[in-house]
Amino acid sequence: MREGSPLGARWMEVFVQQLINGVTLGSIYGLIAIGYTMVFGIIGMVNFAHGDVFMVSSFVALIALLILTSWLGVGSIALALFIVLIVAMVFTSVVNWAIERFAYRPLRGSFRLAPLISAIGMSIFLSNFVQVTQGPRNKSVPPIIRDVIVIMEGNGYDVTISYKQLIIWGITAVLLLAFWYLVSKTSLGRAQRACEQDQKMAALVGVDVDRTIAITFVIGAALAAVAGTLYLMHYGVVSFYDGFVPGIKAFTAAVLGGIGSLPGALIGGLLIGLIETMWSAYFSIDYKDVAAFSILAITLIFLPQGLLGRPEVEKV
Amino acid sequence: MSVAAPSVAKPARVDVAAALKNAALTAIISFFLFLPLIGFQTVQNMRNELELETRFPLLLALVALITAAKLLGSLVIEPWRERRAARPASPHKSAAMSAVINWFTPFALGFVAVYPVLVILFVGPQGALKWVDNFGIQILIYIMLGWGLNIVVGLAGLLDLGYVAFYAVGAYSYALLAKEFGLSFWVLLPLAGILSAFWGVLLGFPVLRLRGDYLAIVTLAFGEIIRLILINWVSFTGGYAGVSGIPRPTLFGIPFNANEDGFAAIFGLEFSPIYRTLFLYYIIFVLGLVTAYVTIRLRQLPVGRAWEALREDEIACRSLGINTTNVKLTAFAMGAAFAGFAGSFFAARQGFISPESFTFLESATILAIVVLGGMGSQVGVAVAAVIMIGGTEIMRELDFLEYVFGNDFDPTQYRMLIFGFGMVLIMIWKPRGLVGTREPSAFYKERRTILGSFVKEGHG
Repeated sequence: MREGSPLGARWMEVFVQQLINGVTLGSIYGLIAIGYTMVFGIIGMVNFAHGDVFMVSSFVALIALLILTSWLGVGSIALALFIVLIVAMVFTSVVNWAIERFAYRPLRGSFRLAPLISAIGMSIFLSNFVQVTQGPRNKSVPPIIRDVIVIMEGNGYDVTISYKQLIIWGITAVLLLAFWYLVSKTSLGRAQRACEQDQKMAALVGVDVDRTIAITFVIGAALAAVAGTLYLMHYGVVSFYDGFVPGIKAFTAAVLGGIGSLPGALIGGLLIGLIETMWSAYFSIDYKDVAAFSILAITLIFLPQGLLGRPEVEKV
Repeated sequence: MSVAAPSVAKPARVDVAAALKNAALTAIISFFLFLPLIGFQTVQNMRNELELETRFPLLLALVALITAAKLLGSLVIEPWRERRAARPASPHKSAAMSAVINWFTPFALGFVAVYPVLVILFVGPQGALKWVDNFGIQILIYIMLGWGLNIVVGLAGLLDLGYVAFYAVGAYSYALLAKEFGLSFWVLLPLAGILSAFWGVLLGFPVLRLRGDYLAIVTLAFGEIIRLILINWVSFTGGYAGVSGIPRPTLFGIPFNANEDGFAAIFGLEFSPIYRTLFLYYIIFVLGLVTAYVTIRLRQLPVGRAWEALREDEIACRSLGINTTNVKLTAFAMGAAFAGFAGSFFAARQGFISPESFTFLESATILAIVVLGGMGSQVGVAVAAVIMIGGTEIMRELDFLEYVFGNDFDPTQYRMLIFGFGMVLIMIWKPRGLVGTREPSAFYKERRTILGSFVKEGHG
């Protein structure tokens, strides 16, 4: 491309490659962010433990994968991936359902910071639970899918898109469509939106508020489990500490997109993913988390309603 | 089990069938809950590949334990609580309780003041080192941090998840200034506090118009940013390696070492590390007392009352003409200043600091102490610090558990697990913490203790 440009002749190729990587990362963040945004929308609580639920789902996926490949000898990668996805979704849903039942439901109607403190406790508990039960070391699996497609050939630098990335994009897109249908067209989605507006009124017209909130947690966990499985597939490594930083970044995505807004969560996720990969590629990989945290702080300070959210009205 | 309980006066019938059904449900759910992570374990084999091992006996034991607890809860504890709730509370008991509480504080203070002497009397100067340092100084640092955070969280009602950042600012201020410019501990101690307070104002200023939980997340982000800068700005902070060889505090210029001009030589004593430890112990003891005293006095001042008013209802505060931004900023700055004092003391005591000491878990630990202590209560925070930090240190000493659970059993790894679970339980069981009552600092005619649950604690 342009000869004299500071980043050399492969400027375009590098940029496109980072774009692909960023969208992949962003899809994962987006899936986690939906869990944050939904729970916040319905009960106005920052589910601090959601990042750790994501990490737990990654471990469930890892164990399911090991059972399938080394014990049962499932040869087909597509079948294995499908089963792992389902298993991770089911078990993570049970975990999040139990967390909601045990740690958050008794606190409804308590003072405002109580659920947040409880969620922080749950987050610490979950990461240490995994550390104690599975050990503190990084768990790595050999890459499941290696093939890549070369989409641009430039002077010695090929822009590639891997099958893994395509799978991530595909699964994310399909799930988001299904999820969008669930929220906007079914009676469950209607009940959720009703609870979001006014829980007491929703209860008066016959919506089971407790059940709706529980289902919201289950859906959030299922999407986080998909993200967890894809994360494991993409990076091939997971550790007990992997819930905290991705969790904060996904929360940043939810805030950036406008907390409470579902399309906002996806857009925020993609933006955070892109910013993170671009920052690592062009500035400094050491400070990439600083960039994410700074975006979080700046968004909350200057644009607390996010890109697509509604400004919050303070009620007395 | 004496289940039917016909002898009980209140007809609190225990529904055994329902309890059994519930327990069965609990068993099924907890089985699926723990199946993946406890039923299976991933381990690295010799070729560094992952392999699975099963732990089904452990899984079944855990499920049985949970089921039994649930059964016990619904058959015994629930009816007991109902019966107790039905009985009118006796005023007699609360009078006795308040007498205990009135005597508790002076007694505890006296005990803390003579604690090192008692330890030395019992186990001698060599054995006392561990007890004064690991238990005494360590717990006192956390009590001081807890009291500092208590101003922000307990009094002003602002949830600060990045409190450890100010602790880090204090520690690095002392470490770097003392090493670069050779200034003494006593000069740098106030300076570190002022620097931390400055950072508190700097970070607080943009975020304080945010709502409670947003504020919490932003402070968390700031805490992490400061830690990441400490890690990555290697030329200034030393990165992961941290700062070592930090000068120790001296007694009016007399160092605590084995040299000719050292403390022991000048006073004609035999050299022993216990003198320095004692010296540090009483420094942090006095620092803690100062923190407590300043907080108590501040609560009597308009600003302290404004903090508590702000915690209870921000909108009401604003309608009364209180400048909420200034009130929040002073709370932030005061809290940060105490963290700065504690941080510079920490650096001086360790002689070595690194970013490892200032992680989010540290913030969460301090927050857990404040929450457990009953946000706002000084005695509660101190008791909670003793329980949590002392409990952790005691876990290190429980060697006999290795004989019970096998050789690779390390009680300390369960520390944060218990912390996290404890935070959840406290929120469910007693959201107001161990000391759940509030002594009003401003009152009409007579001082009446209000039960925490009567206070609306809404916006923050």
